[in-house]
Amino acid sequence: MDQLIRLLTLQDANTRTVLLGTTILGGASGVVGVFAVLRKRSLVADAVAHASLPGVCLAYMVVGDRSFAAFMLGALVMGLIAGGFIAFVRAATRTKEDAAIGLAVGGFFGLGIALSRIIQSTPGGTKAGLDGFIFGKAASMVSTDAALIGVVAAVVLLGCVLLFKEFRVVCFDREFASGQGWPTLLIDMLLMMLVCVCTVAGLPAVGVVLMVSLIVIPAAAARFWTERLTPMVLLAGVIGGTCGLLGTALSATLPAPQSGLSRGWPTGPVITLVGTAVFVVSLLAAPERGVVAAWVRRSRLRRRIARQNLLRAVYEHLERGGDFARAWTPAALEPGAVRGLPAARRAGLVRASGAQLVLTTEGRAAAARVVRAHRLWELFLITGASLATDRVDRDADEIEHHLSPELLAQLEARLAAEGRLPAGVPRSPHEQTAGPAGAGVVDS
Amino acid sequence: MSPEPTSSTVTGAPVPVVDVHDVTVAYHRRPVLWDIDVQVPAGKLVAIVGPNGAGKSTLLKAVLGLVPLASGQVTVLGGSLRSVRRRVGYVPQREAVDWDFPITVSEVVQMGRYGKLGWIRRPGAADREIARECLAKVGMEAMSERQISQLSGGQQQRVFLARALAQEAELYLMDEPFAGVDAATERVIVEVLRGLRDAGRTVVAVHHDLQTVPEYFDHVIMLNLRLVAAGPVGTTFTGANLQSTYGGRLTLLDQAAEAIRKGTVADH
Repeated sequence: MDQLIRLLTLQDANTRTVLLGTTILGGASGVVGVFAVLRKRSLVADAVAHASLPGVCLAYMVVGDRSFAAFMLGALVMGLIAGGFIAFVRAATRTKEDAAIGLAVGGFFGLGIALSRIIQSTPGGTKAGLDGFIFGKAASMVSTDAALIGVVAAVVLLGCVLLFKEFRVVCFDREFASGQGWPTLLIDMLLMMLVCVCTVAGLPAVGVVLMVSLIVIPAAAARFWTERLTPMVLLAGVIGGTCGLLGTALSATLPAPQSGLSRGWPTGPVITLVGTAVFVVSLLAAPERGVVAAWVRRSRLRRRIARQNLLRAVYEHLERGGDFARAWTPAALEPGAVRGLPAARRAGLVRASGAQLVLTTEGRAAAARVVRAHRLWELFLITGASLATDRVDRDADEIEHHLSPELLAQLEARLAAEGRLPAGVPRSPHEQTAGPAGAGVVDS
Repeated sequence: MSPEPTSSTVTGAPVPVVDVHDVTVAYHRRPVLWDIDVQVPAGKLVAIVGPNGAGKSTLLKAVLGLVPLASGQVTVLGGSLRSVRRRVGYVPQREAVDWDFPITVSEVVQMGRYGKLGWIRRPGAADREIARECLAKVGMEAMSERQISQLSGGQQQRVFLARALAQEAELYLMDEPFAGVDAATERVIVEVLRGLRDAGRTVVAVHHDLQTVPEYFDHVIMLNLRLVAAGPVGTTFTGANLQSTYGGRLTLLDQAAEAIRKGTVADH
């Protein structure tokens, strides 16, 4: 705990730079990730990340030493080759994009693992620190490395700010953008270039295997909270930066188990787990798009439908006697309608009257409203949609619960224009199935 | 084929707005447009009709330069497409985009201004004002801050139309603007198209509903892989030409079934 506090209060200059570097990197990845995800290209980032491992290995073989700049250059070159490979396979053959990405991920990563084994078997090869590139090891960065990452991330951020409009139109509607004269291929390539640069810059901290999560997770999480692009981009940047900061700090301070992880936790998995936690919270708790909110909305709608069905059943039951203040028993209603009874009683629409039940004043008004909407809709369906009368009841049932007040007003205006708007609650245009006459088809 | 002797609004010799010359387009070696030779006169509302897979959308895309031509050439507004692109407006099919994209109605319409802005510059107050006016023209002003996923199909189509209007183009290419829209939207679109024609603009639209071709359009291009016929609706949109466009598939019975499906009653 002391160590975490010391880390977060930035008492050590090197730690300070490393944390700052991974934070900016996380932010940049989150921002550029929004466009990659909206362009449905996030898996290309995965392929680019995996492809950078052989790039790093080849760079080590050429330079013969652990040079951060050379590693980045090698990774960038191989990443671009992978991106080009995917684009070529997609354009020139009938292989689909997902298969092309799968090919690139597997092929380049396999090559990278093979090369890293070869390097590690050479004298001094284990000092290359290639293991750190697979799962990320921010702690092994020196401050100049982190500064370089920070600069790269800043360039990526600047690119996203300047090309915001261009990225937006290509992500939303590529054909329209082409028709308007934008060089969409170039814009796509610029976007993928930024993704690639960001991915490569993230390798030392997050590693090739999990780098894609820093691109995808912030965007996916941010989408839950907003319906607009600018806030989404800002939020994804904040989420990404937080993941970078917290993940790096935690991985450096969490006590490592006795065996196996003698060199501490790798950074990549910790950053990814922090991001996943943010995503899960977003998925559950977001006010509009979250699953909890959706569940609440659905159950509220279900309750409303049940209540409306009950009111209509009661209304139609009492309608035959003509006295809506009359008491009734649930047994007189069809079994399905009774489900709405508890909710209707809680809402004060129905109250007990001795052993029987009775509609309250509000209940009678609500029932009349529900039945009126239902029958107006039926009237409209019979003429407007030329349905047979015996099908009308079911169709009206399905739609009426979703009739908004505006739609109902439109419906009334329409029927009024045709001189067919009845005052009050109209008579049912079809026979009541529960009625004494039974279910007969009525010719209109 | 010589240019149609039309009462073009262009002074002097009637220059076609679009001149498609011997164009063939192929996807994976299968031709989808074969040796098309057609001109579009200025200031007209032009329908492209034909059965599914006839190459209607492809013809629009060929004019826009969105598909590579296997042969032939296209001249737009008297020049190469590259030089006149900013003067051409495009309404893609509604299904072409992800309607869950995080963007508002007014932001979509502002995209119409992007072409005139060029790189990096953002839409300014004047662009936002134009976007607002275009939304008003399609009756969607009140929904300008809505997220696009909340729109009905007809409203989505109106937004696309407003975006094209914001391009302030001379030639509009529309891919099935009437597909799957409600009656109110259909009226709005017709009104907008007529407004464009009155302002001397040209509209070329892929159209599916044969019933409304004579009512909505001046000119028709009948297509089925090859060009079947092109010219003023009155003389070109004939039973014989329809027969050759739709082959044996468009019998009187099909037409009747189509009319019933649409809930319209043939009044002839």
